[in-house]
Amino acid sequence: MTNKDIFLRGFFKENAVFTLLLGMCPTLGVTSSAINGLGMGLATTFVLIMSNLVISLVSSFIPDKVKIPSFIVIIASFVTMVDLLMAGYVPALHEQLGVFIPLIVVNCVVLGRAEAFASKNKMVPSIIDGISMGLGFAMALTMLGAIREFFGSGKMFGVTLFNETYGMLVFVLAPGAFIALGYLIAFINRVRKA
Amino acid sequence: MEFIVIIISAIFVNNVVLMQFLGICPFLGVSKKVSTAVGMTGAVTFVMILATIVTYLIQHYILNPYGIGFMQTISFILVIASLVQLVEIILKKVSPALYQALGVFLPLITTNCAILGVAIMTIQKDYNLLEAVVFSGASAIGFGLALVLFAGLREHLDLIELPKGIKGTPAALIVAGLLAMAFMGFSGIV
Repeated sequence: MTNKDIFLRGFFKENAVFTLLLGMCPTLGVTSSAINGLGMGLATTFVLIMSNLVISLVSSFIPDKVKIPSFIVIIASFVTMVDLLMAGYVPALHEQLGVFIPLIVVNCVVLGRAEAFASKNKMVPSIIDGISMGLGFAMALTMLGAIREFFGSGKMFGVTLFNETYGMLVFVLAPGAFIALGYLIAFINRVRKA
Repeated sequence: MEFIVIIISAIFVNNVVLMQFLGICPFLGVSKKVSTAVGMTGAVTFVMILATIVTYLIQHYILNPYGIGFMQTISFILVIASLVQLVEIILKKVSPALYQALGVFLPLITTNCAILGVAIMTIQKDYNLLEAVVFSGASAIGFGLALVLFAGLREHLDLIELPKGIKGTPAALIVAGLLAMAFMGFSGIV
């Protein structure tokens, strides 16, 4: 499989959110606006790339019995790094994302790629897999965030498009997350079949 | 009185699944049948209360006194992962019947973000140990309530004729949205 195939597969064909339905908690929890979705997506991408890189290098030294715990420790270290970096450089976004930043540790996408791809492949393909899976995840979160922000408060990336009073508040609140994602996945299923 | 507020708020007003979006993976994954949903709820309740107690003690007696709060994420997830393994081994020896019922769900719990999420939230909300136990128990009940209700709805959803694109996960998500809307009726109680 060439590097281009790996990239396209992670970004679109096996998109973590739309096809594999992994990492649903942050997908639903932080996408009340497009910026939040993008920030969460990029944070996860960073963790994914770095953990794939390290795991592809060290996995041959790790005995099978302690494989998963050691992967979790590697991932958790990078999550802690992201947590502290974001608290330092983008405190407002860090505040908004809240508990979901430490929860990147238990995002099934990250551990799933570590186990299914990085532990069996060389460094370069693993990095590409991390980039494509991460960007696919970030794209999905940004799309959902933009849709919710647009219908809920008449904005897109914070730019007002129509008066907020015409917005449907439900899209910003919890139920809107489920409903918007449901229709988005249905729409993507439809586009793929056609 | 304070405990009643914590319980009502954790079960209904700030339901872990429907309002805070924690534990969505098992919520969508094991909600096809009511019986499996009940089994999963049992396993989650058990591990959530245990994990909250242990992580509370670690935070207040190891991380805080030595000023290594930044190790929170790493130590909590390791504790939860080993706790799940431990519970699995003990259950296998002590109560094979219970192990039969909960066994398949236990490995899934390590990556259930509700467990880690509730453990971190107890620290953020500055609860004492008793409040932490009550909060985690109530959160687990809230998780179970949402899961069992949703499983019941999905059993009926299978019988309905739907357009192809929307069948399966999209339909389940939309139903979950309606359920969340119903739970919004509780907001403002506490």
